[in-house]
Amino acid sequence: MALLQISEPGQSPQPHQRKHTVGIDLGTTNSLVATVRSGMAEVLADEQGRELLPSVAHYTSEGVSCVGYEAAEHNISDPLNTLASVKRLMGRGLADVKAFGDQLPYEFAADDGGMPKIKTVAGLVSPIQVSAEILRKLAGRAEIAFDSMLDGAVITVPAYFDDAQRQATKDAATLAGIKVLRLLNEPTAAAIAYGLDQDEDQERTIAIYDLGGGTFDISILRLSKGVFEVLATGGDSALGGDDFDHAIADWLRQQIGMDGDLSPIQQRILLEAAKSAKEELTESEQVELQIHDWQGTITRPLMHDLIDGLIDKTLRACKRSLRDAGLTSDSIDNVILVGGSTRTPRVGAKVAELFGREPLCNLNPDQVVAMGAALQAEVLVGNKSGDDMLLLDVIPLSLGVETMGGLIEKIIHRNTTIPVAKAQEFTTFKDGQTAMAIHILQGERELATDCRSLARFELRGIPPMVAGGAKIRVAYQVDADGLLSVSARELTSNVESRIEVKPSYGLGEEEITNMLQASFSHARDDMQARALREQQVEADRMIEDLLAAIYKDGDALLDKEERRCLKVAIEELREVRESTTEHRPLARQIESVAKASEEFAARRMDASIKSALAGQTLDEIEKG
Amino acid sequence: MKLSSNFFEIFAIPVAWQVEHRHLDSRYRSLQQEFHPDRYASKGDVDKRLAMQTASLINQAYETLQSPLKRAQYLLELQQIDASQESHITSDGAFLMQQIELREQLSEVRDNADPFAALESLRTGVASSYREQQSQFQAQYQSQAYDDAFNTVAKMQFSAKLLDEIEQLEADLEDQ
Repeated sequence: MALLQISEPGQSPQPHQRKHTVGIDLGTTNSLVATVRSGMAEVLADEQGRELLPSVAHYTSEGVSCVGYEAAEHNISDPLNTLASVKRLMGRGLADVKAFGDQLPYEFAADDGGMPKIKTVAGLVSPIQVSAEILRKLAGRAEIAFDSMLDGAVITVPAYFDDAQRQATKDAATLAGIKVLRLLNEPTAAAIAYGLDQDEDQERTIAIYDLGGGTFDISILRLSKGVFEVLATGGDSALGGDDFDHAIADWLRQQIGMDGDLSPIQQRILLEAAKSAKEELTESEQVELQIHDWQGTITRPLMHDLIDGLIDKTLRACKRSLRDAGLTSDSIDNVILVGGSTRTPRVGAKVAELFGREPLCNLNPDQVVAMGAALQAEVLVGNKSGDDMLLLDVIPLSLGVETMGGLIEKIIHRNTTIPVAKAQEFTTFKDGQTAMAIHILQGERELATDCRSLARFELRGIPPMVAGGAKIRVAYQVDADGLLSVSARELTSNVESRIEVKPSYGLGEEEITNMLQASFSHARDDMQARALREQQVEADRMIEDLLAAIYKDGDALLDKEERRCLKVAIEELREVRESTTEHRPLARQIESVAKASEEFAARRMDASIKSALAGQTLDEIEKG
Repeated sequence: MKLSSNFFEIFAIPVAWQVEHRHLDSRYRSLQQEFHPDRYASKGDVDKRLAMQTASLINQAYETLQSPLKRAQYLLELQQIDASQESHITSDGAFLMQQIELREQLSEVRDNADPFAALESLRTGVASSYREQQSQFQAQYQSQAYDDAFNTVAKMQFSAKLLDEIEQLEADLEDQ
């Protein structure tokens, strides 16, 4: 039992205390962290005043040696242990990675989950672990700036990321010990950064063209009275400015006459040369290059020939999204350019041509995503008042199940607003059948083999009946982060079927726990203390919320016995909260109070919808 | 979700075929302003899950009321008639013949000298019969001729599906 109740900064249960939040842009090439100060979003710099953090981690036999600029310095000297651009590997399988060809110099080993691991001197490293190192570094930067722990972060992902890629990003945050308030789509974040200081009354349609190092996104949004409604989104999660570099590097390789397999170091040299040529050509008409004893010139028109095919690919995605939104290019009010790769003037020119208007780029295209994420984080923790902006986002790729013959039946179509729930009924096809396999995929193609496999579910415990007798209702729920969960129930007997989820690409829960423990093993006590503090905060908030709810709605919505039970549950929670020094018993108690109060919470939500309905009807009457 | 209201009640409008889209849009935004999970981000897990379910229901209601086909199916569902199965096929022979012809035309679009013009003329025709079917449904629904309305929904399904396929083909052609 503590003698003094010490309230740590950022951990205080007092509701009025300002919370420390950040927005993190976890990019393919560079990452950033931003926060809101005095209502303005600003990017946080490191001690040397540098805002960007190269998304690179360097490994030695001891493990991670450094992250960011320092790590990037090992690019050429130690390419196999200098892990960069891992965002391209997040949530992907070994086959996808092989398709990148020689673009990534690493050696891969498949793990059980299907996501490849990279062979380093420190052993096998998952892309999720590398991303966690980057996130940890950025969170550390913020905690120094706040001189306090972080209360939560909004982390951005390409709008076009599928479920596996989103889940991998969230897992990386878990591994880094960061509370994720929301995964936010990068173009939507950019729209927030641009949209808030604009005229609020006018409804506007905005296109956000986001070309990063390794990903491309296009989103069409409608902005009306503080509500950002994503109408359509599209893109390519494996196309970015890095591909410009590769196209130029391939050309260089042909010119130099380098045949056969290149060593990782040769690859790096070519890529660095290509990249600097691309950057110089934003200013100059041509650039002279020297690589070993080869000398040559690249002109702008030549570079355009090399990259135009790639840009055209992005423009086709733009047209598709316009069509999905039911719009034409002339109905777009603003075009926003995001992502470092839009600095290539050819990109801006071709986008302007497509939409028939000059794009906006007055905010720094590297920073705008992190800034928007920081603004959203403020809204989510309640630091800003309630009447401000709301995001209504969509699912970027259709979700479906595999049917007979390897075809796909779509359950949730792309560009459906999330959160969304859909249900589907199946039946058994054999007498006495007690199990059923369901394969969930994401993508637009008709054949299962052409879509991304998300997970295989096995329903067990179906009561044995004649063929066609059992009716199994499978419910799919996609949350506001775009993440899917599935549950199933046999309707005739009302038996809840057990579901075994095997993510096709990703980490199982156990694997994450193991990694978490491994990464904290040198500081086990730290982890225990942190976990306990987190549970205590959760318990305090729960007690406070419930008491407030009972005070407000208890008379109307609870009978005497229900009320007594809840009070007892709260008291028990309070006792455990005060006495325990371990987080697990407290977590169990919180879970049991959550269960006990579930029905009450549902009644309150129902009542508040009813009152919203009543309010609306009155308005209508007054107006009419 | 134990919310007892039907989709029309959620949007505070009478149960009827006619809906005013501007009203739907503004009502939708104000409902989501209140119930979207982002408004519960700093609440406990129970509240968060409920908000997700409520917002999902509002999204489903909005999607249903916006789409002529889904709205028609839902109106019949409220009359205990399940018109959502794709397997229920109209027995109108002339209509089916016409559908087969339209599908043939669609499959021949690629070979046309000007495929976009061919597609556009096909779309105009299908869209116009889709509108006609909607007026038919409205009349049948209002006069409580639910069997006829049920058959009209089957026809609407054909038209909506064909319009989707026309869109898809146009997208494919533009991508090439």
